[in-house]
Amino acid sequence: MRQLASLKTALTGNYAVAYAVKMAKPHVIAAYPITPQTTIVEKLSEFVAKGELRASFVNVESEFSALATVYGASMAGARAFTATSSHGLFYMYEMLWWAAGSRAPIVMAVVTRTVGPPWNIHDEHNDILAIRDSGWAVAMASSVQEAFDLTVQAFRLAEKAYIPVAVGLDGFVLSHTVETLELPPQELVDEFLPPRSPNAPMPLRPGLPLTFGNIPSDDRIHAEHLKRIYWAHQEAKKAIKEIDAEYGKLLGRSYGGLVERRWLEDAKYAVVCMGAWCGDAEAAVESLRREGVPVGLMRLRFIRPFPDEEVAELEAAEKVVVFDRDITPAGGVLGREVASVLGRDKVVDVVAGIAGVDFKASDFKAAFRKALEAEKGVVLI
Amino acid sequence: MLSIPASCASVVQGLGPKSGIGMPLLNVPFASAASVATGIAEAFKQLGVKGRAVVWAGDGGTADIGFAAVSAAAERNSDVLYVMYDNEAYMNTGIQRSSETPKYAWTTTTPAYAGGKKEQKKDVALIMLAHGAPYVATANIAYPQDLYRKLKRAAEIEGFKFIHLFAPCPPGWSFDPSLTVEVARKAVETGYWILWEYDDGVFKLNPPSTIYADKSKRRPLKEYLKLQGRFAHLTDEQIAELEKEIDKRWDTVLKLAKAFGK
Amino acid sequence: MGLELIPISRPAPGSGGLTGTWRTLKPLVDLAKCIDCGICWLYCPEAVIDWEKGKKISIDYAYCKGCGICAHECPVKAIEMAPEET
Repeated sequence: MRQLASLKTALTGNYAVAYAVKMAKPHVIAAYPITPQTTIVEKLSEFVAKGELRASFVNVESEFSALATVYGASMAGARAFTATSSHGLFYMYEMLWWAAGSRAPIVMAVVTRTVGPPWNIHDEHNDILAIRDSGWAVAMASSVQEAFDLTVQAFRLAEKAYIPVAVGLDGFVLSHTVETLELPPQELVDEFLPPRSPNAPMPLRPGLPLTFGNIPSDDRIHAEHLKRIYWAHQEAKKAIKEIDAEYGKLLGRSYGGLVERRWLEDAKYAVVCMGAWCGDAEAAVESLRREGVPVGLMRLRFIRPFPDEEVAELEAAEKVVVFDRDITPAGGVLGREVASVLGRDKVVDVVAGIAGVDFKASDFKAAFRKALEAEKGVVLI
Repeated sequence: MLSIPASCASVVQGLGPKSGIGMPLLNVPFASAASVATGIAEAFKQLGVKGRAVVWAGDGGTADIGFAAVSAAAERNSDVLYVMYDNEAYMNTGIQRSSETPKYAWTTTTPAYAGGKKEQKKDVALIMLAHGAPYVATANIAYPQDLYRKLKRAAEIEGFKFIHLFAPCPPGWSFDPSLTVEVARKAVETGYWILWEYDDGVFKLNPPSTIYADKSKRRPLKEYLKLQGRFAHLTDEQIAELEKEIDKRWDTVLKLAKAFGK
Repeated sequence: MGLELIPISRPAPGSGGLTGTWRTLKPLVDLAKCIDCGICWLYCPEAVIDWEKGKKISIDYAYCKGCGICAHECPVKAIEMAPEET
């Protein structure tokens, strides 16, 4: 590592994201306020107003327009950022697919929050998980530091793979919680993240009469386009690992790519989770290990592209307990995703902490034991 | 740099990998065009690209589903030239009512046997004017030189520009396609459609509408309505009522011309 | 990556196919009557009428849909809409 000093400081998750975006030097930011996302874009508008960030900050009238605006900017060659939560994310839904289908390298922070009714601003993962099939890459941070690092990495990934990237962080639990972190020097971020090419996914500028998105003469043109998005996600798995490793070399921290592993080498049981509560899960796993239970932890950093190969490493475990901070009529989302790799007999899906209900390390321990008793299926806490 | 939301204009481009449009063009979701164009304009500004963001959108994409975005772009004074071509219904999906459909007109969702549309046409150009946009104009396909001049003028102005373009639809309004220009011209000659522009604080009528400020110079509204099957069911009383509404519209426009004249 | 990231279309004539084959009525121009005013050129919605002052007009029948606007707008009735032979 170069002798450029990082700044050790303490920030909320939202401010960490705002600083990461500032250091990524985007050209256009557009957003609509929604709790608990709002302070990200408040901070960014402050950076722009004070001249610390040279960018257009567009105040829009809805989340749909927030994404439409950064979409237009991104297609015109700009580095563009937006942020949202919950209902705001759902209000973007049509644009999410259009942006991914256009291969627009947008980065969006998603500060996770319950979906109503009733109105509830607390943490849950249903919102971000609901966009997993839209063609976006979807990641979740587990700490304020990682929220920063992941946001910087997301720009690199988006502009390499031409996949828009959603960076998730847990509402309040991370977004409004102050933790210490290191802010790298701007020079190193610049080195890690060079300016993006304005010529891809297409050169869009006056005098170049190219059309995107008109009706194809043959549906197979569209079909091939859709398959290419699938392949882009498969290739992005490698890119995520490389980018994470390069970030580590240059900026001093890397996380292991699509997943982070703890104590899995000898694990008879594996816990799988995603997001900030993995810190509590880790404490629970550590405590269980002290009690002699051979258990390890796999934290999913990305759920799109899905870490199929990494999850398959858990084949050796006798039982895999997946913790879902989300609920659907078919159970937890991650439970089903993991079972799609390991089979339903090996996986117990614990649905907990939904609607923002507090879930501590001791709750993880209790739920883990309950899951082992259940042997398979869904356990609702 | 053109953005086109879902509309007949998304179809008339023809089929990829060919395009019938000789400009850079992004096709975009129905309600998004004003915001996408804002993003393009801001990107060009930041990247130092010389180019104009233009939207070409129908009445549905503008006055209805896209209205919040259009209103916001106008309120922000985003550097966008927005053209709403108004064929007074959702024509791309097969003639359903829009907020731009005139009163009593038949559409597939306002059947003639039930009296056609019950509500008045929404005056989008005046609403844009009320936003304080630096340039707002109406135009009509029968007067291409007037439209050309307005497009050129609008392109010179920084900020939000709005052109409300009257564009008859032969199948949607039930008339022979050869009459397209004739119908559009009759709309002006009967006073149904008023050509005006608001530019740099000045509101003025444009020829030939200028002469129709004098009501006696206007042709009877019937001459416009009778060309179109969508009005075939109208009674004389209803036509008289529509004429009165046209008088009211003229009254508003003339007051604006007086208040914001040179 | 050799492939385009997204399907991009480029301007080309006939992006909607040979639309002239839809035509049931064909505009026939009496050039002797034509006063070279360019109104038909101005109003043709398909831009299939070529006109240059002094050269009179010509119609590209490959893409003319036969809408009849030119015939209706011609101030000297120099264009006649004739049924297409089947």
